[in-house]
Amino acid sequence: MSIFRYLLPKKKNTAGVAKERLQIIVAHERTLRGGPDYLPQLHQELLEVVRKYVNVDADAVNVQLDRNEGIDVLEMNITLGDEAVN
Amino acid sequence: MTKVVVVASGKGGVGKTTTSAAIATGLALRGFKTAVIDFDVGLRNLDLIMGCERRVVYDIVNVINGDANLRQTLIKDKRTENLYILPASQTRDKDALTIEGVGKVIEELSEMGMEYIICDSPAGIEKGALTAAYFADEAIVVTNPEVSSVRDSDRILGILASKTRRAEEGQGELPARLLLSRYSAERVEKGEMLSVDDVVEILAIPLLGVIPESEAVLNASNAGTPVILDVDSDAGQAYLDATARFLGEDLPLRFVSVAKKGFLGRLFGG
Repeated sequence: MSIFRYLLPKKKNTAGVAKERLQIIVAHERTLRGGPDYLPQLHQELLEVVRKYVNVDADAVNVQLDRNEGIDVLEMNITLGDEAVN
Repeated sequence: MTKVVVVASGKGGVGKTTTSAAIATGLALRGFKTAVIDFDVGLRNLDLIMGCERRVVYDIVNVINGDANLRQTLIKDKRTENLYILPASQTRDKDALTIEGVGKVIEELSEMGMEYIICDSPAGIEKGALTAAYFADEAIVVTNPEVSSVRDSDRILGILASKTRRAEEGQGELPARLLLSRYSAERVEKGEMLSVDDVVEILAIPLLGVIPESEAVLNASNAGTPVILDVDSDAGQAYLDATARFLGEDLPLRFVSVAKKGFLGRLFGG
């Protein structure tokens, strides 16, 4: 509100950054919640296996457990970037 | 009918013990017979915040092991009627607290006519925190408007939803409410702190209250007086409000907006 503030360089809204980062990480961690305890380790080992063959980031492997009408579906997505294929 | 309430957060240092002491005192002030249990074995602190550290003779592990009975161990609060403190053990290892043992203690407290049992959880997501939460009928999740605290609160909410007796017996998720502490309306207005709406949106649980960042909290813990008894302070009033909401009253939020400045203040203020 101060008139002097207009003379100073504008500071970044860090709360907005915090909210955005939190929404992403919390959403990610919720997908793993409630799943079997082996899920994180499965994820880690899958990543290691993939990395034996292609160079991928840690977030390239996505493991998700969905429950639909009594059927559990373990869904795995492995994204190979452009670099990885070469 | 006894209601067991766990005060949890995941992260340490966000105000669990301050909150446990304040809410337990608030409920006792309202006339409910209330016990507050310190589950932080090895790092006992509730006694200091409640100002009864010199009166601790036995602790919860003594009760579980049968070295002392509950009546010998419970400390009756000197300031507030209806309020009893069950201290944690300072020396023994954390495995001393078993689910069965804690279950017996809670049952016995219930037989003594306690209407509320407040369980002050240790930080973390290990056995101590799980034991504190296991018998809960509802939870108060204490969070600071800060990224690591919010993330850890979400984590503990996941655990509360699945690892309590309620969940195991198929009675559904544990009802949990948010207590946002160390809140600075000034910093929120400047865009430097997550707002109460932001945190509620991320955690997606009902709000129990907002406790402003306040000098009164340190002053209260220095003196060993629950901050809720400092009724002239902002934090004390915020805890009184939270207690009322806990009991189902519908009160407007206070201490969440900056007091309006006058013209000169707006011109020259920060």
